[in-house]
Amino acid sequence: MKTGIRISGFGGQGIVLSGVIVGKAAVLNGFNAVQTQSYGPEARGGSSRSEIVISDEEIDYPKVESASISIIMSQEAFSKYAPMTENQGIIIYDPELIPDKKIGGNFKLAELNATRIASELGTKIVANIVMLGGFCEICDIISKGSMKDSIKDSIPKMLDLNISAFESGMENIKKINW
Amino acid sequence: MTNEIIRLVGKKDLFIQGDEATVYGALLADCKFFAGYPITPATEVAEGMAIWMPKLGRVCVQMEDEIASIAAVIGASCTGVRAMTATSGPGFSLMQECIGYACMAETPCVIVNVQRGGPSTGQPTEAAQGDIMQTMWGTHGDHQIIALAPKSVQETLDLTIEAFNLSDDYRVPVVVLLDAELGHMREKVVLPEVKNIKVEEKIKSNIESDNFKPYRKHFKKSSKIPNFKHFGLGYKTYITGLTHDERGFPVTTSAEVHEDLVTRLIDKILDDIDNVWYYEDYLIDDAEIMVISYGITSRPAASAVKMAREKGIKVGHIRLITIWPFNYEKIKELLKNVHTVIVPEMNLGQMIHPIREVVGKDVKVILAPRIGGAIHSPKEIFKYIGEVKP
Repeated sequence: MKTGIRISGFGGQGIVLSGVIVGKAAVLNGFNAVQTQSYGPEARGGSSRSEIVISDEEIDYPKVESASISIIMSQEAFSKYAPMTENQGIIIYDPELIPDKKIGGNFKLAELNATRIASELGTKIVANIVMLGGFCEICDIISKGSMKDSIKDSIPKMLDLNISAFESGMENIKKINW
Repeated sequence: MTNEIIRLVGKKDLFIQGDEATVYGALLADCKFFAGYPITPATEVAEGMAIWMPKLGRVCVQMEDEIASIAAVIGASCTGVRAMTATSGPGFSLMQECIGYACMAETPCVIVNVQRGGPSTGQPTEAAQGDIMQTMWGTHGDHQIIALAPKSVQETLDLTIEAFNLSDDYRVPVVVLLDAELGHMREKVVLPEVKNIKVEEKIKSNIESDNFKPYRKHFKKSSKIPNFKHFGLGYKTYITGLTHDERGFPVTTSAEVHEDLVTRLIDKILDDIDNVWYYEDYLIDDAEIMVISYGITSRPAASAVKMAREKGIKVGHIRLITIWPFNYEKIKELLKNVHTVIVPEMNLGQMIHPIREVVGKDVKVILAPRIGGAIHSPKEIFKYIGEVKP
């Protein structure tokens, strides 16, 4: 088993943190995991990307070529990384951030209004955690418990808000009809 | 030591970056002094040191620049403590003069260099292996240093500890060479138990302080490594970057003193190269083609070698863990049955030079270069292997 996950968006959305949470959760679940990240020198804005390779064997190459799962949170990232998802792979994206959703290829598309859901919870900064809830629910790689433990370990402040965001993501993605 | 650190950290299984692994390695190796100047992609080293060192009653100083950082590290080391700094290409360039000073004065110190794209300020957030030659030859004059290149986060931690041990053992600067990819990559790391960590005791001396010569050779294990006594022990200890005699006093016009000293600085390491030179090999016994790699590039290289073996190509893999000194004799022996060597590097050809030198004209040496930030893909290296004609 080897799964590549790519999370992409712009700087400030917590793209790298989301990658860390997934990687740490995978390790807590007993897998090997490598998380890498790529971003420009800006503190906010600019494109941001984080990749996680999860495997039950030793991981040589630490990067993701075609992702099994793409989590996408900006138009620029959608145009660039959605096509870099493997055939039949899952693309979870926030439709309100992506006006142009045209894409060829054979993918399972999962819309999740993460930014809106996060705003309704009080702050859009937890949109990334909403996305992780959606990811956990539909991908069935990492257990809910490990994801929550990882969130707790990675974000010591405002834990309740983040757990609510995570659960809202899980709940809302269930409405999708493939 | 380990227990105290595990208690402070709260656990011994961590999911951390390569940069952070150098911090935990240094803490476990009993590093007492860190001086540095933040620079992408090495900032997390300074950040981690600033968090943990004061909690352990140790010293972490943010200096005004990289020249001051390495100078402070050398000064701290002269008082007998383990000391480290961390930087990236532009800062490493600034440190070169003092690295030569540390070689000449035989002051142990550990320098972490998280390589980014150069020259100049280049690509701050992108990975490169552009400092391979600079690490060996960046400072002027003949000298020898030790450089280690880990491939994973766990190995970064382990080799940082080893860097301190080698630096103390040979009284030489040791460079731990990471790159932006490994420095910022997260993997699972287990903090090793204290029994696995060799914190060398300082060698005791029964020489009377008046007769003590800090740079007297043939002292330790009949080797060429001097028994320097650090400042504050009551010995007359003098250090200088000038050519000096066994007392440490400048003697700058004698060819004999200079030759004796500089040759010893090199031989003290090369005489013992098999204890300094670490490498890993994979499927080399029947190999006709060899991939030689180091650092992060070893990971796609290992995948590429596995892909090629599945196609029946007789290819092996050598991973240089110690990249300097270069073990000419041993590498020549490892390559004696191959007709082609492939060298993937994240530069336009650096480590390929000593490899070419060692194999001579009978073996074809092919460079697989890559610059710009992204590491090689396994397919890319596999393509080079597949194209080899015997």
